[in-house]
Parts: sequence; structure tokens; C-alpha cells
Amino acid sequence: MSIAWYLAVSAIVFSLGAIGVITRRNPLVVLLCLELMLNGGNLLLIAFSRMWGNGDGQILALVVMTVAACEVCIGLGMIVAIYRRNLPIDVDELRELQG
Amino acid sequence: MSSVLFFIAAIGVISGAVGVVVMRDPFYCVLALVVHLIALAVLFLLLRSEFVAAAQVVVYAGAVMVLYVFVVAYVGGESDTIGERLRGPGPIGSGLRLGGAILAGALLTELLIALLGTGLEAINGYGAGYQPGPQAFGTPAYIGKLLLTRFLLAFETATFLLLIAAVGGVVLARRRGGLGEEDAHQVLTPLDLLRPRGTGTMAEGVGAHVVESHPGSHT
Repeated sequence: MSIAWYLAVSAIVFSLGAIGVITRRNPLVVLLCLELMLNGGNLLLIAFSRMWGNGDGQILALVVMTVAACEVCIGLGMIVAIYRRNLPIDVDELRELQG
Repeated sequence: MSSVLFFIAAIGVISGAVGVVVMRDPFYCVLALVVHLIALAVLFLLLRSEFVAAAQVVVYAGAVMVLYVFVVAYVGGESDTIGERLRGPGPIGSGLRLGGAILAGALLTELLIALLGTGLEAINGYGAGYQPGPQAFGTPAYIGKLLLTRFLLAFETATFLLLIAAVGGVVLARRRGGLGEEDAHQVLTPLDLLRPRGTGTMAEGVGAHVVESHPGSHT
């Protein structure tokens, strides 16, 4: 398939992740949708890397995967801390830091 | 053959993503994301990046998703859907859902125009030339050579970031003894091991509080 098909798939995945981040209320699912957006970016990087025959995009995709793993680690730690304090697991209820 | 495989994998990727967004139970969301990640690894393989595909399956679909499953099982995630927004008594009703859909539709349109409407001729091609071999494009040898020569700084920064994230995760998720336990006023310094008990500080001299220092029971 030509590279344009891969780019279309990556745009669709990124937009679906954006829908999830905006509309879901459970922070776990928000984190999952963030993963979707990062994966859309990864697919784009790898498609362009294949297009130019250059390995830089693959390295950048690996770095993005590392950052995503760190984000999952910190985010899940925060969710567990929220749960330990018996606060609601809901991004609409957690509004104490709102200005 | 490769186009058939592309369509199968692309359908898997998009349906997995839709499943993550619309599923009611967070556990099913995690399972849908696993389907999405494995199908995405197939797309990476079709793009001749073997090492990234393997790392995707092993790291993402293996390790990270196990972490998600554990946290979902621990927290026992409350189920919610986009549709519950309509019935809920919250201040924001269906406007959020509609607004989210409109925003994401605009984003998708803009992305498609930006990506597919470019003047790049190579977008409609099949990529650069590829000769299979032990050092070919995308193999572990190729990636390793790039990581250890041109991108050494990025590699080291990523390892350091992983270390910081691991420490931060432990610090965030540890159990805090904040329920009136005895460890509230007991800070053990190295000097406590050198001096006899009860002869140290001014506070102990006036008998403010006698620190019973059992070195080892302060957890």
C-alpha cells in the first residue's frame, strides 16, 4: 500500500484518541486514550521513516514509546494514590486544583 | 498480499481504537487497546520496521498493559460511557459530547488535509528502496547502530527518564502512614546511632517527648 494510507490511519487513530481524552471521565480511560494519540504519532513517524528510507523516525518512535511508558508509570501511580485517599476516580470531581 | 494484510491490520487498529473510546468497562477498554497495539505492530512490520514492532508487542502489549490490568483490578474502575453524560445530573450535558465530536471531526479533517494534501510526490509511492540483509533498514542491528552512534544522547536521556519515572511511580504509589502512627515524630539521623538514648537534643532534656528509638521499627 502507498504511504498515504498509513497516514490516513494514523490521523484517524489520533482523532479517536482526542475524542476519548475530551469526553471520557475515568482517568484510567483518559490515559488509555492518550496512548492512542501517541500511537497515532508513532505510526506517522514510522511511515515517514519508511518513505525516506531513513532510520531517524524509528529512533524517535522508540523515544516516544519510552516517554509513554514513563507517563503510564506516573499516571497509574497518581490514580493509585487518588484511590488510597478515597477520592472519586473521576476527572470531573477532582477539581480542587481548579483556579 | 501486503494490501490484504494492510486492510486487516488497519481495521484492527481502528476498531481497537473505537473500542477504547466507547467501551463501558475500563477492563474492556484495556483489552481493546491490546488488540489495537498488536494490529499496530502488524502495520509496523508492513513498514519494514521489525525492531519497533517487536518492542511494541513486548513493551506495550506485554508490560504496560499488564500494569493497566493490575491497576484496573485494584481500583475496580467505575464504568462510565459517553452516553451517561446525557442522563447524568452534571452541569455539562450533551454539549460536551457534541463539542468533543465536532472538535475531533475538525481535527481529523485538518489532519487529513495537511497529510494527504501536501505536494509530496513520495506520499503516493511505496517508500524508499529496500534490500533485505542482516544490516537492512529497521533490523535490530540497524537500530542499535543508530542508537549508539548518532542518537547516543537521546538514548541516555531516555534511560535516565525511565529511572526517574520508576522512582516517581514508587514514591507516588507507596502507602503513606498518615493515620496517627508512631512514625510521625521520629526521624532517625546517623547521630542517633552514636549517642546513648535520651541524651541527645534539648527537647529530650526538658522532657518534651521521649523518643523511643528502636532503629528498625520506624517503618
